[in-house]
Amino acid sequence: MNAIEIHLNGEPRDVPEGLSIEELLRRFDLQPRMIVVEHNGDILRRERYGEVRVGPGDALELVHFVGGG
Amino acid sequence: MATVTESLIHEAPLVIAGRPLRSRLMVGTGKYRTNRQMVDAIHASGAEVVTVAVRRVDLDRSNEEGVLHHLDPNRYLLLPNTAGCYTAEEAVRYARLARAAGFTDWVKLEVIGDQDTLLPDVAATIDAAKTLIDEGFTVLAYTNDDLITALRLEDAGCAAVMPLASPIGSGLGLINPYNIRSIKARLAVPVIVDAGVGTASDAAVTMEQGVDGILMNTALAEADEPVRMARAMGLATEAGRLAYLAGRMPRRERAVPSSPLQGMLA
Repeated sequence: MNAIEIHLNGEPRDVPEGLSIEELLRRFDLQPRMIVVEHNGDILRRERYGEVRVGPGDALELVHFVGGG
Repeated sequence: MATVTESLIHEAPLVIAGRPLRSRLMVGTGKYRTNRQMVDAIHASGAEVVTVAVRRVDLDRSNEEGVLHHLDPNRYLLLPNTAGCYTAEEAVRYARLARAAGFTDWVKLEVIGDQDTLLPDVAATIDAAKTLIDEGFTVLAYTNDDLITALRLEDAGCAAVMPLASPIGSGLGLINPYNIRSIKARLAVPVIVDAGVGTASDAAVTMEQGVDGILMNTALAEADEPVRMARAMGLATEAGRLAYLAGRMPRRERAVPSSPLQGMLA
């Protein structure tokens, strides 16, 4: 399988081509219901995590809630 | 049956954007030494509204750091903030991400203007508030203790206005009670004092100004014993509120005896 480079939380990362967002989250042991995904500047609805696939050069931000005031 | 005494002590709850809240104290989740301590302190405080921040997941670490692993969103109203944002655009982006998590459309809007003091950029805060309110957010806006800005935020449609007592994390207490009173006197929406409270007496003095509530984080997290301080803050918030409603006695520059002057032995 070919690897593609994406920008994940600001860092370049190699991931397999054709990976869905859901599979990407699983690779990092992240639960989809705890995470919000921004894909190339747009927020991705959770229902679409299974169908949307990452492409070369995509910018992805995976965020969650942390302690804050 | 409620007695007269009870009806004098228990007032109607604070309501923000149509939602009644079980406490006038709101607390943050940052800077605790352990998650266990955070959870216990929040419980001890009695707060229902609990703020959280939106940040990148750390992909190289365990997945257990998220606050949702520790706090039940059905028990607390998790209020996402836009802390750390320095422009209106950035704050709007964080607010949208927070809403997409699917828990609430409430946001604690915070646009910082200066790194040293963490004082708010009030013009950018008003801009961001307008954008977010157009998008259907319920905005609780952190701001300076400035009446005109508070009025502009209310005009923009904010559900609550949150002037500071003193700078974030300073623990300096309520520096300008007059400004806070003047904001409270003019706004129809709830006024929640956010930031600067250091200890229980600060919370009581703040509530004695007549504001609707207080939001704090560092005063609990950095106390030697956060759980005890959380309980103290819950009591002080309630004590200050009751003292405000009761109306304090006048200050006098001379003593007035409490016991009768009549009936003294000759």
